[in-house]
Amino acid sequence: MSGSMNVKQFIDEVGKKKIDPLIHIKTALQEVKKANKEFHFMNIIADEQAIKQAEVIKKNPKGKLAGLPVSIKDCIVVKGLESKAGSAILEGYKPVYDATVVQRLKDEGAIIIGKTAQDAFGFGTFSVNVGNNMEIPLNPIDKERSCGGSSGGSGAITKWASFPHISIGESTGGSIAAPAAFCGVFGLCPTYGRVSRYGLMDYASSLDKIGPMASSSYDLALSLSVIAGHDPNDATSLKEPADDYLAAIKKEVNGLKVGIIKESFGEGIDPQVSKEVKKAIEVLKKKGLGAKEISLPLVAKYGVSCYYLIAMSEASTNLAKYCGMRYGRHEKLEGNFNEYFTKVRSKHFNQETKRRIIIGTFARMAGYRDAYYIKAAKVRTKIISEYKAAFKEVDVLISPTMPIISPKFDDIKKLTPLQNYMMDIMTVGPNLAGLPHCSIPIGNVEGMPVGMMAIGDHLEEKKVLQVASVFG
Amino acid sequence: MELTKDTIKHVAQVARLELTTEEIAKFLPQLKDILEAFSDIAKVDTNNVPPSFQPVPLQDAVRDDEPKPCLTQDQALSLTEHKQDGYFKGPKII
Repeated sequence: MSGSMNVKQFIDEVGKKKIDPLIHIKTALQEVKKANKEFHFMNIIADEQAIKQAEVIKKNPKGKLAGLPVSIKDCIVVKGLESKAGSAILEGYKPVYDATVVQRLKDEGAIIIGKTAQDAFGFGTFSVNVGNNMEIPLNPIDKERSCGGSSGGSGAITKWASFPHISIGESTGGSIAAPAAFCGVFGLCPTYGRVSRYGLMDYASSLDKIGPMASSSYDLALSLSVIAGHDPNDATSLKEPADDYLAAIKKEVNGLKVGIIKESFGEGIDPQVSKEVKKAIEVLKKKGLGAKEISLPLVAKYGVSCYYLIAMSEASTNLAKYCGMRYGRHEKLEGNFNEYFTKVRSKHFNQETKRRIIIGTFARMAGYRDAYYIKAAKVRTKIISEYKAAFKEVDVLISPTMPIISPKFDDIKKLTPLQNYMMDIMTVGPNLAGLPHCSIPIGNVEGMPVGMMAIGDHLEEKKVLQVASVFG
Repeated sequence: MELTKDTIKHVAQVARLELTTEEIAKFLPQLKDILEAFSDIAKVDTNNVPPSFQPVPLQDAVRDDEPKPCLTQDQALSLTEHKQDGYFKGPKII
């Protein structure tokens, strides 16, 4: 077995035929199945498929990820493996094709071990908004606490796995960074368009990004080098060639300038979280990084409102396709199309999905569209400009990832939907502006991990990874 | 901005959702709370500011129109419970 081996050593050993990927994956699958009964981080485990893939790799152990177990967020389609984006309305949906990221991972020898739990369609910060009759994933450090969301299952399995492993998450407003922070792992959300969205079940098309979650900056760089790059199947995919991310993390960081986001250390932030992040900033300074304070007042004041109006508006149109006809849950064909679609959707969407569809539909309706949806898109322009001005002064912006440590489920229950949304105050900004950002595990409070977020300018994943590499 | 039960019912209908009486009672104060908070964006001066529908400018995505293999009819129909004679079978339209 791979023991405490890291991803790089493991892949090297598989390549040299010193580790049998078939034996390894069988043991890993057994461990995942056992742990999943306790933590619910997987929606489905890909038993048969994983073993078939391992048999092929055993014969020909080639590729950048040869034999590496990789888990995939439920909203990213894997051929033949039930993919339901965490929602009951997609139960039984077994895609007939692989998402581009999945294809690229498989081409490099990765073994897909299953789909990770999430808030339905990505609608949440704590992975408690799972589909009807589905289990909430639990934080492997403390089962009474959330593993963050919406890529909660990806964060949880990455923290839990003792074998070498990488997870692929997805972020719309912070869904990679939040679970990375709450579980104490590294999570990288790339620039919008850097990684193909082909095969991703959209939440909000102008905000969705796919990115890796892992135990180290090396693992992030390695997996990003596999999944990044232009894809003609995604019209928003960027044509610029992907960078050499593995070379970037080997570079010294001392030439970089960091901007500490002033508003991220003020009111509403747990002082203990602030303290930990400030200690990490001192570590960066000792490494020779220049640091100065940067103010981003628009992001801080209007980021959450702007983000949610746009995200919900887009979600309400993207989810119109789920109507019980071509895939997913069906009902008996009765009544006219309006009655049938309404029946399927009302029965199988959960409460948060309904809430977001209603707000999003409202924000786009005649009479309200200019005041909400269009206004938010204009505010988004100003927010992007605010970041662009900051990046004229510094290379990377720094803030805590989340304002608090992972909350207990009992405390989450007490939050109103609006209070839930406010938890995304740190992460919505870089997501609105499509900026690459990474949550880096930098400390602990009360035994729970604290994440620091490094944000880079568009296509500056290299610099973000460089900062992350200081911490592991 | 007055959000009423009737507004919620109407919006739900547009979105092909039927809410229970309990759901409407639960959602009404929540949605009022959310929309009131989100209305703060009205304070931002956006005169002469164009809207951003993408975070980065969309690049030329036009490709050559070349025929390529796609899903077979059987594959496309493999996931539906409602099909007939090689077609999807839907609910009544008229």
